[in-house]
Formats: sequence, C-alpha cells, structure tokens
Amino acid sequence: MVVSMDALRVEARYAPGDILQLWKRNMLAYRRQPDLLVFSTIQPVMFVLLFAYVFGGAIQTGPVDYIDFLLPGILAQSVLFGSTQTGVGLAVDVTSGMIDRYRTLPMARSAVVAGRILADTTRNVFVVGLMLGVGFLIGFRYHGTVAGAIAMPFVAVLFGQTFCWISAAIGTSVRRAETAQVASFVWLFPLVFVSSVFVPVETMPDWLEVVAENSPVTHTVNAMRGLALGTDFWEPLVKALGWMAGIMAVFVPLAVWRYRSIQ
Amino acid sequence: MADGSNGSSSIVVVRDVHKSFGDVHALAGVSLEIERGTVLGLLGPNGAGKTTLVRVLTTLLDPDEGSATVAGYDVRRERTRVRPLIGLAGQSAAIDDTLTGRENLEMVANLYHMGRAMAASRAGELLGRFDLLEAADRAARTYSGGMRRRLDLAASLVADPEVLFLDEPTTGLDPQARLELWTVIRELVATGTTVLLTTQYLEEADQLADEIVVIDHGRIIAQGTAADLKARSGGEHLTVRVSDLAALDEVRQVLEAEGDGPPTVDETTGTVSVAVSNGPARLAGVVRRLDEAEVAIADIGLRQPTLDEVFLSLTGHRAEGEPAGTSTGAG
Repeated sequence: MVVSMDALRVEARYAPGDILQLWKRNMLAYRRQPDLLVFSTIQPVMFVLLFAYVFGGAIQTGPVDYIDFLLPGILAQSVLFGSTQTGVGLAVDVTSGMIDRYRTLPMARSAVVAGRILADTTRNVFVVGLMLGVGFLIGFRYHGTVAGAIAMPFVAVLFGQTFCWISAAIGTSVRRAETAQVASFVWLFPLVFVSSVFVPVETMPDWLEVVAENSPVTHTVNAMRGLALGTDFWEPLVKALGWMAGIMAVFVPLAVWRYRSIQ
Repeated sequence: MADGSNGSSSIVVVRDVHKSFGDVHALAGVSLEIERGTVLGLLGPNGAGKTTLVRVLTTLLDPDEGSATVAGYDVRRERTRVRPLIGLAGQSAAIDDTLTGRENLEMVANLYHMGRAMAASRAGELLGRFDLLEAADRAARTYSGGMRRRLDLAASLVADPEVLFLDEPTTGLDPQARLELWTVIRELVATGTTVLLTTQYLEEADQLADEIVVIDHGRIIAQGTAADLKARSGGEHLTVRVSDLAALDEVRQVLEAEGDGPPTVDETTGTVSVAVSNGPARLAGVVRRLDEAEVAIADIGLRQPTLDEVFLSLTGHRAEGEPAGTSTGAG
C-alpha cells in the first residue's frame, strides 16, 4: 500500500466535508431502520427500568439511593453495547460492496470510519439524553455541582466514542456483520459486569475485585458517579481519561490500518 | 484534457499484471490496451480473473507484479489521479439500500466534491436518463433487480468518467431487464465513453464490444472481434430436433452433407447439430432435404456458439463454472 503526498493532500482538503457526508448517510440509515432504533433506544431504557425495579431492592449501596448509583453505570453500559454497531455497520458496508464504491471515489479515505463513528456518537448523545430523562422520571437526582452534572453525560459519550474505535477495528477485520456482533459481545459482557456498573466492587470475591477495580469501565463509572453525586471524582476521572487515551492510541491506528488493508 | 498520457490512443494500458490470492493465480500475466472511445469485452467464466483485473484497474487491488495505467496515470502510485477519471458499476460496486435513489446519487456526487446545487441537478438528470424519476424518493431496497443495476450504473456515471468499468452488469437479470440495460450501455458508448465490460455471455460481448478478450485461469487465450472468435469456434450452429428418434440417423446424414464438420447427435433430446457457414442458405437446404425424406421436424434453428463452445474450441476444455468470488475472490 503506497501512501503518496497526493493522498495526504486529498485527506487534508476533503476529510471534514466527506466525514459530514458519511455522517449524514449513517444518520439517515438509523432513522429508516426501525430495528436499529429499537436496539439503540428501547433496550437501554428497559435496562434502566429492570435494574431499578428488579435489582434495586436487593443491592445495597449504602447511603446512596440505588437509582442514583445505577444511572451513571447504566449510561456507560449503554454506550459500550451501542459501540458494537460501529463494527457491525462497517462489516455490512464491506459485505454489501459499499466500501468498494467509496474506495473508487476521489474522497478522503478516513471519512468512512470517522463518519461512521461520528454518527454512532451522535446516537449515543441521543440515547444518553433519553436515559437521563427516564432516570429523572423514576427518581434519579443530581447531588453535585452544575459543572459535574454537565460533565457526567459528556464523559459517557466520550467513553462510548473510545470503544467505537475498538469496534471499528473488529468490524474491518472480521468483515461479517454477525461475526462482528459476536466478536464484540464476547468480551464486552464480562467487561461491563466485572466492574462497578451494577454493584459495588467490594461485594465481589477478592480476585475478581482486583480485576474490577482496575477496569476502565470502573474508573469511568466511578468518575461519572463522583460528578453526579458530588463526591470525589478527580482520581477515577484521570485514570479513566488515561485508559481512553491509551485505547485510542492503539485502536485508532489499528482501525485505520485494517480499513486500508481491505482489498 | 488534463491527463498523463503521451498522445497514445490507448486510454487503458495493462502490462504483464500478476495477482495471486494464496495459491490461486487470479491473474497470471495479463497485458491489454483499450483504445479511447471503444468498448472492450472481457469474456470468461467465473473465476477466470475478470473481476480481479477490474479491481486492479479501479485502484481497489494492488497487482503483485506488472503495471497498469488509466489515462496515463499508474493505478497504484497515482490512484488519487485515477479515481476522478473512472466509474465502476456491476457486481463490485453497490448502492445503499436505506437511502433513496436520489440520496444515493447525491451522496456520490458530494463525494466527488461537486457542490450542493451541482450534485442535486446531476442526480436529477441521471434519474431521468435511467427512468428512475418515479422511484427517485423511495428507499433503494424497494427497487427491482433491473432498477438497482440502473441506479448503480447511474452512480458510476455521476462524474462523467472517461473510462467506465462494467463488471458483469447483467448477471442475474431477467431477459427484459438485460435488453434494457444493453440499450443504456449502447447510448453511453455513442457519447464516446471508453468502456471495459466483463461478461460470461458471448452474446453480450458480441452485442456491445468492439473488441473481445477471452480470459481463462488468469491468462488471455484469445483476442479479436466477435466475428473472429465465432469463426474460430466454427461459426454458427444449425440444430434440428425430431420427436421420432428413428429419424435421427437420416437427419445426421443430411447435416453431414450440408454442414462444415461432423455433426453431434444427442439421443436424449433427439437433436443433431452441426457448425455451418452462410447459415440461412444452409437452413433452407436442410429443410428441403428433410422434407423430401419425409422427416417430421420438431424444431430447427440457427444459433450463435455459446461461451462453452468457444472455450471448447479455444482451449480444448469446457468453461469451468466456479462459485462466484467474494470481495477478495478471484472472480
């Protein structure tokens, strides 16, 4: 694969506009595929309601109401599960030949993956907003500063965006929608459940607690909780941002490389 | 015209291109040239290497060895120069099912960086030209097979390409849709677009191409006009079918006398067939002689040699149908 100066010039000149075109295309697709919309909205809302009412009574979270404990966690869980759609969408584009169409056009190569992730992040903004709304209806309240209240959902969206790059690397590697879906959930489920998303990590067996305590999911959720509840958030936030930077440093180049090697 | 050619009349030049996928030599040293404003038909069975060559020429695939240029630009080193000059339609390309026909074309136009107003007017113009105006604002997933191919073709023409690559444009279409697409392709050629067309059908290449290149196992095995190729495979065939199998021998004798070679007899279908030149005159002669011999003819006709027969005469083996390749296949 030869990367010429010409190719770099094309990227620099056309990437912003082309990313916007691909974003628009993916947003239209979301609006017109009811199954995707259901997956993106009804499922997270159902999770909020199920966990709040079914597990809420059984899980002890000390002085904090379970819904106040739960909502930041479940926001993180939703953006993580939602990130699988990046890889699935890219794999569909490979199978359908859409990627071939793009690759014969004089467009910025980066726009296909970046436009996809921008659309998935837009969807995450919507999903996070919807879940916050549902949360408020069933008793979730902020206890911290206004800045913390604004920052909390922002951290969730940033976290989701980070995992979209992992998903993109998977989707451009396996190149089949079903495989991309399975290849994502296989590690996402343990990652989400072995963390502070649903329960305090102290309730886990020692060996599992060690894993959970160092998970990027736990750091992110703890930071979000700190921001929402007005408790300490700096340490988990710094660790969470460190994880996100590390993941991006590995998976952005990996996704780009995998995308470029599609022939 | 802003291109890198040196006054040569060939707009596509392929020199000794090799491409392997593992042990499969999809292209084993292919060289060809396409003259500006002409149609080259690349004829071969599944797995012959047709799609691989198209993918190399449209910058989708790097060749292992050899070189290829489009309008003087190298398809590997200067792909950003090649891309604005080409269009690709057929099995290698695609349209987005969730978008409408109009949105598909506008998106492609925008990705050619045409500007919003220009993109809209170009999309409208192409929808009209390909008889898709009525369906323009419906999702492409509701389109019939023929409509999808027309939209795909329209998308490949958005930027008025100098070279159009049509990869098996009519495979899987019903005869009516195929004829419609042929008409569209002929109109394009009339406007001076250079076309590389791949096909499994000799008839399609015959109908559309100025020159035909026959490819098998990644090698070019014959090259010429449709008439050349047909002549080399025994020209037209005259076939007679009878319902009374006892009359087969009588028919064989008549065809042996009228035809240009030994007739082939198929007892299961009751048909006898022979290569002929000057078919219509021979047909009249055969009818007269069979009538005199009081043989009842169930069916009689002249037909072009099939790809199978061309292959048989050119290579000595039948065209092997391999499963159609995936996006990385050697199709």
